[in-house]
Amino acid sequence: MIGLRLYLAQRISAMLMAPLVLGHIATMIYAVQNGLSAAEILERTQGSFWWGAFYGLFVVAVSIHAAIGLRAIVCETFSLTARWLDLFTWTTGFLLLLLGGRAVAAVVL
Amino acid sequence: MDQAVEALDVKVWRGNAKGGRYRSYEVPAQQSQTVLDVVTWIQQNAEPTLTYRFACRVGMCGSCAMMVNGEPRWTCRTHVKKVLEGRHLEIAPLRNLPVIKDLATDMAAFFDKWTGAEGVFHPTATRADAIAPISPEEPARVLANEAIECINCAVCYAACDTVTANPDYLGPAALNRAWTLQNDERDGAHSKRLRAISRGGGCFNCHSHQSCMTYCPNELNPTASIAGLKRLASTSFFKGGRDR
Repeated sequence: MIGLRLYLAQRISAMLMAPLVLGHIATMIYAVQNGLSAAEILERTQGSFWWGAFYGLFVVAVSIHAAIGLRAIVCETFSLTARWLDLFTWTTGFLLLLLGGRAVAAVVL
Repeated sequence: MDQAVEALDVKVWRGNAKGGRYRSYEVPAQQSQTVLDVVTWIQQNAEPTLTYRFACRVGMCGSCAMMVNGEPRWTCRTHVKKVLEGRHLEIAPLRNLPVIKDLATDMAAFFDKWTGAEGVFHPTATRADAIAPISPEEPARVLANEAIECINCAVCYAACDTVTANPDYLGPAALNRAWTLQNDERDGAHSKRLRAISRGGGCFNCHSHQSCMTYCPNELNPTASIAGLKRLASTSFFKGGRDR
């Protein structure tokens, strides 16, 4: 039960995620290769608008993309009605947003 | 086919909407023999009540499709020697469609989805108008021609796992038809059709498994047609043509 809007939302969030994933991987390699401690990482991220924007956008894109992708799987596996599917999609999206937002806040604020 | 094979071991699904089972028949092997020939031999010589559907016998009418050894095929153009496993042949009604009796399925849902995808030509001229000159080289006409030879056999519909998992999905044949009409400049319902194929059960549910393309007996590529519809609907959305 994927219509035009959900399709576009999933594709656009995927386009956003592609460079963000590369940036995230590059950041991880940099942090590990340079042996940064947790304190040193937090020193760089806390209070940083750009790290907050980078991972905040990442979390938003993931929440949208994953919620729609899981909707398709759930639809085809359990044959739910459109109403239950909508509920599942919104709940999943908000849950991912909440969990991801908490993680971003923890390293940025 | 192995020349030594003198009799085929054919299992045919017998039953109705409530259920059924396979029954075995020994059918004489011929040098040149189609799966439809086998089914016809069984009906004429062993099982007069066997129900199946066929008409033209030359691959034009699209009515004789069945599952052969687990794969959807047009039986009138499928030579036994190409599908035989040892001396075994298993014939069943088409997948993804309700059975009426034996090998005959109820095609109503299949054709309902055709109309659901607005697979109907909407003329923009009357019979009093001159015939519209359409160049075969026009890009839109080239796209339409690549997809136009569908015979509605429902082989692609039976092959599609998305149809199996999501009964609301319009399916490859209906969407392929919609694509040909979107590329027909004489048609006057492009916006209406885009709305029809963008709904919950529309083209955006296709996962591009390409089973439709793999099994289409006319070697069409409905997956490409569906991808074209996705592009058309998305482009139309961003141009403000439609909003849902």
